[in-house]
Amino acid sequence: MRPDSKAKIAFELNGEPVEVAFAPHKTLLEVLREDLALTGTKHGCELGECGTCTVLLDGAPVLSCLVLGLACEGRRVKTVEGLAQGSRLHPLQEAFAALGAAQCGYCTPAFLLTADALLTDNPSPNRDDIKQALSGNLCRCTGYIKIYEAVELAAARLRGERAEPARESLYGSR
Amino acid sequence: MKRGPPSTGAAVQRREGLAKLTGRERYVDDLPLEDFLWGMTVRSPPPSPRGSITAIRFGRDVDWSQFVVVDHRDLPGPNVVYLIEQDQPVLAAGVVRHVHEPVLLLAHPDRDALRRAVHAVEVVVEPEAPVLDFRLPSRSDEIQYGPDNVLKHLRIEKGDVARALAQAPVVVEGEYETGAQEHVYLETQGMIAALEGEVLVIRGSMQCPYYVLNALKHALARDETRLRVIQTPTGGGFGGKEEFPSHLALHAALLALKAGRAVKMIYDRGEDMAATTKRHPARVRHRTGLTRDGRLLAQDIEVLLDGGAYVTLSPVVLSRGLIHAAGPYFCENVRIDGRAVFTNAVPFGAFRGFGAPQTLFACERHMDVIARTLGMDPALLRRVNLIRDGQSTATGQVINDGSDRVAVLERALDVSGWREKRRAHAAFNAARAPVRRGLGLATFYHGGGFTGGGEVYLKSRLQVAGLPDGRIEVRSANIEMGQGTLTVFTQIAADRLGLAPDAVVIAEADTARVPNSGPTVASRTTMVVGRLVERACDDLRRRLGLSESARGDSVRAALRDWHRAHPDQSLVGEVVYEKPPGINWDDATYRGDAYGAFAWAAYVAEVEVDLRTCAVRVTDFVAVQDIGKVINEILARGQVQGGVVQGIGWALMEECKWQDGAMVNNQLTNYIIPTSDDVPPIRVAFLETPYPHGAQGAKGLGELPIDGPAPAILNAIAEATGADPRTIPLTPERLMTIAEFGMRNAE
Amino acid sequence: MSVLLPGSRREALELLARSNGAAMPIAGGTDLLVHWPQRQEEHDRAYLDLSGIAELRPVEWTPDALVLGGLTTYWDVIRDARVGRELPLLAVAARQVGSIQIQTRGTWAGNIVNGSPAADGVPVLMAYDAVVVLESVAGREEVPLERFYEGYKQMRRRPDQLVVAIRIPRRPYTFQRFVKIGSRRAQAIAKVGLAVTHSAAGGGGWRVVAASVAPTIRRCPSIERLLEEQAAVHSPEELLPAIARDVTPIDDIRSTAEYRKLAMARVLFYDVFRGREQGAGSTDHGRRMTDNG
Repeated sequence: MRPDSKAKIAFELNGEPVEVAFAPHKTLLEVLREDLALTGTKHGCELGECGTCTVLLDGAPVLSCLVLGLACEGRRVKTVEGLAQGSRLHPLQEAFAALGAAQCGYCTPAFLLTADALLTDNPSPNRDDIKQALSGNLCRCTGYIKIYEAVELAAARLRGERAEPARESLYGSR
Repeated sequence: MKRGPPSTGAAVQRREGLAKLTGRERYVDDLPLEDFLWGMTVRSPPPSPRGSITAIRFGRDVDWSQFVVVDHRDLPGPNVVYLIEQDQPVLAAGVVRHVHEPVLLLAHPDRDALRRAVHAVEVVVEPEAPVLDFRLPSRSDEIQYGPDNVLKHLRIEKGDVARALAQAPVVVEGEYETGAQEHVYLETQGMIAALEGEVLVIRGSMQCPYYVLNALKHALARDETRLRVIQTPTGGGFGGKEEFPSHLALHAALLALKAGRAVKMIYDRGEDMAATTKRHPARVRHRTGLTRDGRLLAQDIEVLLDGGAYVTLSPVVLSRGLIHAAGPYFCENVRIDGRAVFTNAVPFGAFRGFGAPQTLFACERHMDVIARTLGMDPALLRRVNLIRDGQSTATGQVINDGSDRVAVLERALDVSGWREKRRAHAAFNAARAPVRRGLGLATFYHGGGFTGGGEVYLKSRLQVAGLPDGRIEVRSANIEMGQGTLTVFTQIAADRLGLAPDAVVIAEADTARVPNSGPTVASRTTMVVGRLVERACDDLRRRLGLSESARGDSVRAALRDWHRAHPDQSLVGEVVYEKPPGINWDDATYRGDAYGAFAWAAYVAEVEVDLRTCAVRVTDFVAVQDIGKVINEILARGQVQGGVVQGIGWALMEECKWQDGAMVNNQLTNYIIPTSDDVPPIRVAFLETPYPHGAQGAKGLGELPIDGPAPAILNAIAEATGADPRTIPLTPERLMTIAEFGMRNAE
Repeated sequence: MSVLLPGSRREALELLARSNGAAMPIAGGTDLLVHWPQRQEEHDRAYLDLSGIAELRPVEWTPDALVLGGLTTYWDVIRDARVGRELPLLAVAARQVGSIQIQTRGTWAGNIVNGSPAADGVPVLMAYDAVVVLESVAGREEVPLERFYEGYKQMRRRPDQLVVAIRIPRRPYTFQRFVKIGSRRAQAIAKVGLAVTHSAAGGGGWRVVAASVAPTIRRCPSIERLLEEQAAVHSPEELLPAIARDVTPIDDIRSTAEYRKLAMARVLFYDVFRGREQGAGSTDHGRRMTDNG
């Protein structure tokens, strides 16, 4: 391929087949944001440290800033835009909303996807499992506590339990 | 003191939450934009923090005719970023005062081509003698500001410190240092400038749209009618988007004006960390006179801040730092002397807490040093000295807010299991394992709103419009950056008029549409601006001819009736800030009521220290505070937990490494912030003693939680190890140099 | 930029040979693509994307060895329960590489050829006597990992060779420990890494491998000798002379030479010299040294 020519790949994006052409050096992050106009995936550091660009590649969380777009031919990619089913939010989205686990919101899409992969893999994670699974995603607003609580709530609901947010989380201790 | 019933909106969800959770929220870099240029900055290179620019060389491999190039000569107005002092240029003109000073701006449609071009420019600096250590007095050839490189000198005096110290039975001295801290908002700085007809429109990530507007007005010599600043959803700020966005807005604007096209500038993380502001490094010295049973007799405090290469906000950071330096205690004799000094470092600026975290770290660590000297329980030392209603602070402000500071302390001790845990740790540590445990405490306070006469000077204005469909619109310049402005304003307005939250619209922070309700800083948004929301709701009700008790249906009906009677007219309730009665401040003597209200807090940290590696892990954390009134529990808890974790980072791991006055570990691999795996359980409790002049009784909350963690954690480490740490960040490397004590004892 | 996308090992080796070694092999990309948009000079070269070569991925157990493929990721190893039972340090180290997002992409072979003195995977491989299997169109070559590095980022791999496998002998171990001292509990780059094993089986003995304290990851023969001789050591300080012979830590952006030496001495003293007795049968094979549990 010539340096200025475009590469073209076909892959599955949020359940739909897509084809996209782009400059061959582009990362998956750039392809998603610039060539597919899916801006829910954020950039935070471009060196694989902040986790804000996390997407699921064949179900596994990866940093889209460290994956070449070309490496995604024939693969399955899921971004935050693919979490909700139509107008029905994913239980993680509902739990994050109920517990205020999104503040500035910039890191949120990546947390949702990393948590989604965790819960697919382990439907009953304990607090330590959650802390470790999410340790590749930096958040500077929440102090993480509400994020753990939200993942725990979503996990319970996904297991079919009738779980509600802890009263103290919503109303405090009085 | 006891918590009242939750307000109607206690569990109201974040208003923009759905957009943030579905990826639909559009931050500045996500906005659709056609036919635009990318903009980038050429900066002065290391290793010359100070000197004259003798040449700017454009590489031969680049076709420069394809680039828009801007330098200081392209400024239509004065080459100054308008702030407290007009000393900082928009673009360096012949001289540089720090590494990474912006010199040229480039724009091009292709970002890759632009990156290559930036690297192809060489800025040659003829070096002069820089000042790099703020703790050392400047030599004469290093003077670059005033007669002595002192940017600001302030002094607070109460009683007779010299005499009280001379007579005190016990005098304890201590010197404490705190390092710079990088904000690490997850969204880097970003701005778009575009001409829409005659109007230059700026969209971007910012805390203070009107600061940006004023900076544009001044340096572009452009009147307000041809300028418009719109805040985009902001991915964290923490003070880092208080004054800095004015620079980036000016840069984008200059390029857009010259190019005649829209220009987008988005910093990458490396540039953001290297070239933007940080928390001021500080050194604080205490000399404290006490009775043998621990009553404060005299506090003599000297504060020194590293201001960096321009004045920025250093004078007001110093001011807040000094006012908080003596802690939440009563003492008859206090002298606080402070200076912010010039160095050739990248300028320091606003960061959550704004000087108070530095001085409160020193004060609260010093309290434990005193307790150890006196052989006294640190909780008892604080209980004895906490200020009581009717007593006065260092500036002579008489505290009379009904808040029970001792009860705040007791609650923190209770929740943390202070007494039982201290006993258990003593037994655990006696086994001399290589791991030690400790518990540490800090009691502290934070003043809400601008310091002194600042709120009066701001003259904040705010509107609440009544819409024809029975909804209302809050128009303010205060922005959402994760802390919850949109939600809290919604609740305040809805509660005031008895409306449902979705009957409240919060206007976009667009200077063409909203009045100047002041900056989104200083823990002022809920307490001060929220009160303006209430008063503007009242004004709207008055304009509708309704009684003060009218709520809900009657308001909705009146709004519809009014619009039917006045088609195509607008109905706006509007208020201007009014100083609450009885608050007086004298800026000349630095005496009086420094803040309308203080929030009060007691935090307890539990740590484990591994003597093999000197790694410290915070294992438990309790944060108790009286913030007047909790308007939204979820948001308030989030602010506290987030602030605590930022404080853990500042205390233990966040270290800016400097070379030539610039940060060299400017990437997230080597500037380390806490991950989810570094965070202890954080138990948050609120007490409520309403402040009559805050919205629903609320005081400021945003900054308070960053003040307490660092001293509580270091006090816990001192307790665990017997060491006497005085400097943060207390990295394992630093702790190891002072912890030779431990290993010989660990058997 | 050109990206070559071979579908088989054979094709990859041929493409590599045809490029005269100019093509840069890329597997998970977690090292190569760091700061990628800013590193434009590297956009212009040729890359050999190995990700489509299925035959390089599997983990294989033979009677006397565990064989990792050239594309085996950390995640593959974490998921293999047998690794956790037989060669647990591999799983312990894998969990401490970057974050899960890195573990799912990063490969053991990539960790070896990136040549970082701070690598997390290499120390445990070396402590298990791993052998690097290199292949080119000219044939196969096997190099013991402990002899693979020749200097900072210098290694015994020709540009036309690919790491196609990593062979780890299966032996019973009486002591196994991996300690990573990082600057926080997760997602940290090692300030000191230590992998220590002891096997009584033939060819076994003590292996002490240190990371981030020399230009390459390396074994520590003086420390190993003290362990073999069952020398009496009474304090961490007594290990400092041996440490000074074995490694050459420096001050850098992440830590100091002094800290590295002292922390290494203390961890070796408390976790290895004192831990020898408890070593056999212990299930606590490793720790993050910011984790005081």
